[in-house]
Order: sequence, then C-alpha cells, then structure tokens
Amino acid sequence: MKGLVRHGDTEWRIEPTGAMRVPVVIFASEALIRDMDDKVVEQAVNVAGLPGIVGGSYAMPDAHWGYGFPIGGVAAFDADQGGVVSGGGVGFDIACGVRTLHTGLDREAISAVRDELAEALYSTVPVGVGSTGSIMIDHRRMDAMLAGGAAWAVGEGYGRPEDLSRIEEHGRMAGADAKRVSDFAKKRQRGEMGTLGSGNHYLEVQAVTDAYDADAAAALGIAIGDAMVSIHCGSRGLGHQIGTEYLKQMAVAAPGFGIRLPERELACAPLQSDLGQAYLGAMRAAINCALANRQIITHLTRRVFEDFFGADLALLYDVSHNTCKLEEHVVDGEKRRLYVHRKGATRAFGPGHPDLPEDLRAVGQPVLIGGTMGTASYILVGTEQSMGLAFGSACHGAGRAMSRHAATKRWHGRAVQNELAARGIAVRSPSARGLAEEAPGAYKDVSEVVLAAEHAGLARRVARLEPLVCIKG
Amino acid sequence: MVQCLSHPTPALGAAPRSAWRHFEHRADIGVEGAGASLAEAFEQAATALTAIVADPASVRAERRYMVTCDEPDPELLFVDWLNALIYRMATERMLFSRFAVRISGARLRAEIWGETVDPARHHPAVEIKGATYTALSVSRRSDGSWCARCVVDV
Repeated sequence: MKGLVRHGDTEWRIEPTGAMRVPVVIFASEALIRDMDDKVVEQAVNVAGLPGIVGGSYAMPDAHWGYGFPIGGVAAFDADQGGVVSGGGVGFDIACGVRTLHTGLDREAISAVRDELAEALYSTVPVGVGSTGSIMIDHRRMDAMLAGGAAWAVGEGYGRPEDLSRIEEHGRMAGADAKRVSDFAKKRQRGEMGTLGSGNHYLEVQAVTDAYDADAAAALGIAIGDAMVSIHCGSRGLGHQIGTEYLKQMAVAAPGFGIRLPERELACAPLQSDLGQAYLGAMRAAINCALANRQIITHLTRRVFEDFFGADLALLYDVSHNTCKLEEHVVDGEKRRLYVHRKGATRAFGPGHPDLPEDLRAVGQPVLIGGTMGTASYILVGTEQSMGLAFGSACHGAGRAMSRHAATKRWHGRAVQNELAARGIAVRSPSARGLAEEAPGAYKDVSEVVLAAEHAGLARRVARLEPLVCIKG
Repeated sequence: MVQCLSHPTPALGAAPRSAWRHFEHRADIGVEGAGASLAEAFEQAATALTAIVADPASVRAERRYMVTCDEPDPELLFVDWLNALIYRMATERMLFSRFAVRISGARLRAEIWGETVDPARHHPAVEIKGATYTALSVSRRSDGSWCARCVVDV
C-alpha cells in the first residue's frame, strides 16, 4: 500500500510529511494490509494533520474506509495544544458496543431448546426497522437517562447494581449534558429505548469453543463449553441525530477556527471552544443512552433465560466502540491527559489500570470482539504493551470485506438462514435482505484480525466463541 | 472527486434523464439521483434512499408531510434534505415513495408521501443512521442535467 514502511510483522508506518504532524501507524498482518482499502491510509494521513494530535494516527487490524477517520482509527488530542474533538472521529452510532454475559449454562442446555429459545428472544427483544421498545420515556426521564446511563436503567429496575462495575465508566459517563442534545435527537429516541436496531447489530447466544490462556479465562470465569450471551448495539436514533447535527456544525465552523478539512467528514472543533464543549456534552449523553439501551436489552434477555432455565445472567463486561474519552496516558515518559478518539476501536486497558473493576484488574480489560452470525467472536484482554502502542486500544470486529450491494447479489437471505440452521445456528430476523447483506462471507476473517491484534501486542486472546442463536435486525 | 454516471441505470419507469441508483461503499451504501433540474435530482436521490430500506414500488403514498430546509451550499442542502427524510422515517416509522421538491435559492420545500412501515409487506432490510459528506457531490452534467450523490450510513 502506498507509502507504508514495514516495522516488524504487524506494524506499518508512514513518517510525517507535508501537513502530517505525527506518523501513521497501522497494526495488521501482511494479508490484512494487502486487502485493506487504500482509503484507510488516506484517511489516517488526514487525521495525522489535525491540530493537537499526540503520538500517532493509528489504525487497528480491522480498519476500513470510514467517515473522516478510518473505521478502526485511534487518535488522541491535547486540549492545551489546540487539540480538537471530531464528530467524524466518533461516528454516527455513538458508543455502539458489545456486552457479554455469562449464562451459567453449557452449550448442550442451549442446543436442547435452540429454536424455542431463538423464537422467545426474537419476540422479546425489539429488532429491525420500525420496531419500538415497550419503554416510552418522557422529557424528564429522557434527561435523567442521558445523565445516568446504565446506572439510570438499574435505578428504573432494569438490572442490578453489581452490573455497573462491569461496564466502562461504571455504567455512567460523567460530563454528559442533556441541554446540548437537541429536541430532535430526544424525539428520535423516544420509542427506541431497549431496541436492538438493524444492520450489523445482533443478540447472540454463543458457546465457548477454545481457551487460549487458562489463567485469564479462569479470571474471567470462562470455560470451554460455556454458553454466553453477547449484545451488539448502540445509542440508536439519539446518537445518530447528534452525530448528524454536530457534524454539520463542525464542518461549517471549521474555517472560522482556522482548521483546513481535507474532507468535510473530518469535521472537528477545538476542545477549548464552545462548540467542542457542546459536542462533548452531547456525545457523553449519547454514550449514556447506549449504556442504558444495552442495560434494558440485558434485562429483557434475562427474563427469557429465567423463564427457560431459571438462569441468572451475570455481566462479564461492556465495551463501547465509538467514543472520545478524556484519559491519562504516558507519552515520552510524561503523564498527560488526552482526549482519545476510538472510531470502531475498543478500549483495551492493560493489567493494573485503576479504571478497571477490582476483580478484573490483575488480568486486564476484557476486549469483546464481535464476528459474524456464521463465524466466531473472541474475548481478549488488554496488555501492558497495548498502553504504549495505541493509547490502550484494540480492534473491534471483523470489518466488512464486501459492500452490502455485492453481498445481496451473491447470497439470498433465507438460504443463508437455512445453511446456518444446518450448521446448528438458529438465526431469526425480520429481513431476508438484511440477512444477505450480513452474510458471514461479506466480512473479513475475524480470526486473522484478532491474531494480528495479539501479534501486535494490542490485546491477548483469551477465548473463542461461536454462535448458537443469532437475533438480527 | 467521484463523478456521476452519465447514464445512470433507469429505475421504476423513470424518464431517461431522471433516474436513481445505489453506488458501492465497502461498509455502507451510496445514493445517487439524476434529473433535468436540481429538484428532480434530489427527488430521485430520495427514492434511492427509500430503496436502501425497501422496494419503493411497495410503498403506498398514503400520508403527506411537508419538509423545509434552508442552506445556501447545494451540497450541504442535499445532505440536509436526505437527513430530514431520515428523521421523518425514524420518528414517524415511515417509508416514502413520492416526492415533490421545489428549490429556490437556499430554500428547499417539499411535499413527501408515504406510509407507516409494515414489516410483513415491506420486508425492511436496514435502518438508516444518517446521510454523510462522503463521496458528496451536486453537479451539473454536460447535457445540462443535474446529479446529486453521497454515502449513507446504515
């Protein structure tokens, strides 16, 4: 790929030239680099030119063409050095993420009732276009939800207090400002609490097939044969609307801040501007919305498992992919407080980090990597090394290898569903075309992505999971 | 800059110069509308937007809404127009199939017709998050017709 110089097996760099203030660093195997979209390099170079960027413009092994930032992009900014916050650097689906729960069951227990369980989950968790949640929240409760996140949801009876320690930010993103969220965004969210959405969002019941690190697996309470539940969704309509509105404001305001945008989608504002602060307040509110949403879906899922098995689902961990967070990092031996953008990237703090729950601190942060409905998902943990590589960040999923249009030409949704059923995977979705667009073959090899992340030192593999039941929008 | 096709694939019985199509994007979908006027190109792109979710031919023009956008930059106006439709689709659980757009300077006024999403009949494929500035262009072609396009995040 143009301009990239190889440094070791899994690191590729472009040293700063022209408008670049820092190098571009891409973590990937040779095979992943070969298939990577040229747009990833172009966008990472553009990010490297943004004011106040620190260290490097990083791309994870699953990186692909995004909006301004590559998806899989990581960049940190120093507010005191003119640093910026970028709407494109967070994306439209703010705090889209994954949470994984223990079921206390094994795969045989799930397989025995696989289809019935799939039907029950499908009819309990609202999914797909036009679906609405059973929870309609008025203006006052909306503001409380935007301030309180999963902690608000637990207070409303959706879950229990011990869930919160297993969620980034302990379930509540501080600094959220509901006043910076428009009435349009709030209206768009009104009927969408506790809904899964569509596209690549899913709820899966999975079985652990491999454990790569026995000690880490034991620390996370995972063993081969265990059944787990993973939920992938985000901040729904509220986050999409905040992304849409602030992206335009930032794109229009950028010249006034003296910021030259190589592409409009890289829209950003100085952290120390009113607009930058307003966006941070709104974005943090959207993070809370995503955390509350996943908490409510967890509650619905728990009800189904209680009915079926009398099982009590314990939360393993909850990670968000599309965020900008103020964090402390050591750069060239100096502690600095930086605004770290992760666009389609997972926070992957190493062992001992004070933000991790006490009972997981020794092993490192769980990093939950979603695959496709026909392949696998992975659980990794952050490493000490990852803190120094890309501000404690790792990949987030497989990443698309093919457009939605190309996928619908190649596969038929119901055929995909039948083929997966024959392999023991029960898939339920309101949309045959949606299933075709999300066919496993339309994605990159998630195993190659996590292996590259491990070789690069971004995170360490703990377990592999494969789907038994998949609810898709 | 990505250029519009000079002869977009006609769809849904559209006149030769007015047509819509989708274009490729690895993770998402591009929408493109072409027409004899800027307004017509915007109308065609709106049909392309609906077609991301469902077959526009399956959507009845039962209910009418008004949409207004004010923006002097034609490219930003195009994204505002699509986002106004996306907002209506999301908040009213609607799909739209008929569009009558008027553009005068920086102001767009439109009447749009559609119906509530019916999963059993529309088989909606995917929800739309927002129209983006990626591959965004609004341009006049050599034959005098207009073309408007951008990538939509789904």
